[in-house]
Amino acid sequence: MRVAVIVFPGSNADVDMFNAVEDIMGVSVDYVWHSTTDLSAYDVILLPGGFSYGDYLRTGAIARFSPVMEQVVKAAEAGKLVMGVCNGFQILLEAGLLPGAMLRNDSLKFRCKLVKLRVASNATPFTRDYAAGEVIEIPIAHGEGNYFCDEATLARLKANGQIVFRYEGENPNGSVDDIAGIVNEAGNVLGMMPHPERAVHEWMSSDDGKRIFTSILTTWRERNSATTHA
Amino acid sequence: MCKAVVYVTLRESVLDPQGHAVQGSLHTLGFDEVKEVRIGKYMEVVLDTRDRKLAEERVRQMCEKLLANTVIEDYRFEIVEG
Repeated sequence: MRVAVIVFPGSNADVDMFNAVEDIMGVSVDYVWHSTTDLSAYDVILLPGGFSYGDYLRTGAIARFSPVMEQVVKAAEAGKLVMGVCNGFQILLEAGLLPGAMLRNDSLKFRCKLVKLRVASNATPFTRDYAAGEVIEIPIAHGEGNYFCDEATLARLKANGQIVFRYEGENPNGSVDDIAGIVNEAGNVLGMMPHPERAVHEWMSSDDGKRIFTSILTTWRERNSATTHA
Repeated sequence: MCKAVVYVTLRESVLDPQGHAVQGSLHTLGFDEVKEVRIGKYMEVVLDTRDRKLAEERVRQMCEKLLANTVIEDYRFEIVEG
């Protein structure tokens, strides 16, 4: 299994993501520069946080047209697991791989703290190792995490079980329906504002993010053995 | 050459936290008549063409693809020179 951590100009959580994959999944992982035009060697694509292209115009708006993004779309269409965290989530929204858009936090503050999340769905390849309804702690660090979508889209997200994480207690950014993370309809693309890669060891104040990485690994192993036996 | 001036604003249905903060500040300064502030973006795009019709079509495509995110934003533009 090979994991790609996509690096855009201005990514800054790429090292944390890389380390989390190495530490928790123990699989081969590469930094992949945004100008790459071939991701066929990778099974899992991770878009890390940061401020790609300085957040110019809108968060993720310019990164979304990086050469690598065509390949990310292809990988998503092929059913590979794609996860975007924070700025990675914003890029997935701009790319149209996930519905909705991001607004500035309603508090106008950059929020950087450990927050409580409720696992709204554990029926995804990314959250199978959590219990449904479980409350976990994962840090956020963003100024634009105020997820917005229209009512029809929200109704679809709910009906399809696409809402994966909700803020529990205080909503730090004003997002619609307290949304912290969603998947696409097929369930293989996850976007979330909190940083699971920054909560994978007890000394990080929480290791609740670990199970996202173990879930990905379990999903891949299952799929892979199914293919081998087919 | 043609110049397009493009205005991008948050849709009416979308709350504008920045505009709201500026509105509060204007009230603090005594501008009590301020009912609402909406903050948007102003862009000038210079195009290497004299064909205004073509320019309009191209700028519309630019807005749809990149300059505005139509999930949350509206755009309008004028071609002002050429």
